[in-house]
Amino acid sequence: MSTILADGTSSGTSATQTVGLPLSRPPVKKARSGRLADRIFAYLAKGAALFTLGLLLAILVSLTISAWPAITQYGLGFLSRSAWDPVQEEFGGLVMIYGTLASSLIALLIAVPVSFGIALFLTELSPSWLKRPLGTAIELLAAIPSIVYGMWGLLVFGPVLAEYVQQPLQAAFTGVPYLGAFVSGPPVGIGILSAGIILAIMIIPFISAVMRDVFEVTPPMLKESAYGLGATTWEVVYKIVLPFTKTGVIGGIMLGLGRAIGETMAVTFVIGNFNQLDSLSLFQAANSITSALANEFAEAGEGLHQAALMYLGLVLFFITFVILSLSKLLLAQLRKSEGAKS
Amino acid sequence: MMSAEQHSARAAMFARRKRVNTVATSLALAAMAFGLFWLAWILWETIHLGLGGLSLATVSQMTPGPNEDGGLANAIYGSVVMVLLATFVGTPVGVMAGIYLAEFEPKGWLAGVTRFVNDILLSAPSIVIGLFVYSVVVHPMHGFSALAGVLALALIVIPVVIRTTENMLQLVPAGLREAAYALGTPKWKVILSITLKAARTGVITGILLAVARISGETAPLLFTALSNQFWTSSLTQPMASLPVTIFKFAMSPYENWQKLAWAGVFLITLAVLTLNILARVLTRSKS
Repeated sequence: MSTILADGTSSGTSATQTVGLPLSRPPVKKARSGRLADRIFAYLAKGAALFTLGLLLAILVSLTISAWPAITQYGLGFLSRSAWDPVQEEFGGLVMIYGTLASSLIALLIAVPVSFGIALFLTELSPSWLKRPLGTAIELLAAIPSIVYGMWGLLVFGPVLAEYVQQPLQAAFTGVPYLGAFVSGPPVGIGILSAGIILAIMIIPFISAVMRDVFEVTPPMLKESAYGLGATTWEVVYKIVLPFTKTGVIGGIMLGLGRAIGETMAVTFVIGNFNQLDSLSLFQAANSITSALANEFAEAGEGLHQAALMYLGLVLFFITFVILSLSKLLLAQLRKSEGAKS
Repeated sequence: MMSAEQHSARAAMFARRKRVNTVATSLALAAMAFGLFWLAWILWETIHLGLGGLSLATVSQMTPGPNEDGGLANAIYGSVVMVLLATFVGTPVGVMAGIYLAEFEPKGWLAGVTRFVNDILLSAPSIVIGLFVYSVVVHPMHGFSALAGVLALALIVIPVVIRTTENMLQLVPAGLREAAYALGTPKWKVILSITLKAARTGVITGILLAVARISGETAPLLFTALSNQFWTSSLTQPMASLPVTIFKFAMSPYENWQKLAWAGVFLITLAVLTLNILARVLTRSKS
């Protein structure tokens, strides 16, 4: 049976081929070149994908090699040393790591509630004709280059912050134990607080975009059932939408944190680039990993100074890598559970 | 039947729930206003101070020394050259990788890992890219050069283009591909002249967004292209760029430098926002 079928098919094909030969059969050569082109094209595409993977590895490897002198000299103790003295060749990353983490933390404290409010407004409250322009306006905040934030922060926002926030606070808290120390410092609007506020403005569009996206995947059935039972908008968001999208919301916050930690120019302008950690004040000039790199790297002599800066770069890349991976995994998890439920 | 007591307790609870809701929604409104407030303030200062520093000399003269007259011509030229070259270098790689992710093995392990790594590169600190290019190009070649700057910017273009290309190719209906395959078209031709063509607007949008992104990038240029006070068109020399010049001028105490920095900030913001809005208009007219 099968042989007949096979015979029949094969003879059928050859018949069509003989019939079609003079008319439309492509020349053998052209068909072969098509196959060759196909293979080349596939290699190129795969090569480009592999290149992206290779890029990540190459960054890790090259930074490690360049940082090696500092790694062998200080080991992991580098992270907890606060000395940074290029003249004496003494290096430690604590001041910069503290500055990076403290300014990013302040940024999150401001940006998370604001982004949540914006996402809530755009998904539940805004009239539909306003959604698009308002959403675009918030996204434009992400488009403004960081150097613009930096210059605006240093020359416009800093002085305003010093005059209307720092000086009144100083007047109120001077002499008060602990609180006084937090607001001490020259009134020029430079330091961890201004860096944190500007970082907050810069990451609001990222966090609110993710929150908006995940809020919109909440099944309408769930929300409508709650509204049907008489729940208020706030109750629907807080008790239905938020629990349903929890992982996505945390993923969005992580994305914002990753952005804040890696942000360079805006921070470099306003943090003050001061390599000592002798006060807890939010208004005292400090330093961050990125601004140390931006300020010192081009002038650093080869040798330990450059290697120490490379080490800082490696630490920065490692921290952002871990945070962004977590963010990605959390968002992927939400997507998967959403797929399972619907 | 409800007793009067129960009734008033429920009324009180309802009033409290309504109050909480009013507070929460007004806070959401305030958050929205908070976001818009910063946008308005930054744009206002940029326009106001930027236009004040802008003149014909800005685009026709070289960057000056402290307290001298001058413009930003060499920085503008450097930025345009490096951004264009980086786009030409980065786009083909990004488009090809995007094609691989969408058309070849969308569910294979390589695609999965590439997508993951690409999303991380998309948000990775750009200053690290600068350090990387410094170690693999500037250091072995013993000198800062515009080429190193181009490479650093190209590495930032790639992830942006990959992401948009993949997303846009996925939107192309499978029927188009199948119809082309059914006619015996080889795969490379199907992709180049059917799917990529159908997704053209989206891919161009991605490229525009990538250009917008690198036009404002400063950090990766600081130790690759460095800067240059004079006009140079040689790609093996350090080259000035608008963002790096702004950085140098804005941090200086000289008034004429700061004025030029504001003019530069205005030009960059104008270019970046125009590109972004153009990209948006392109995608909207399609959908």
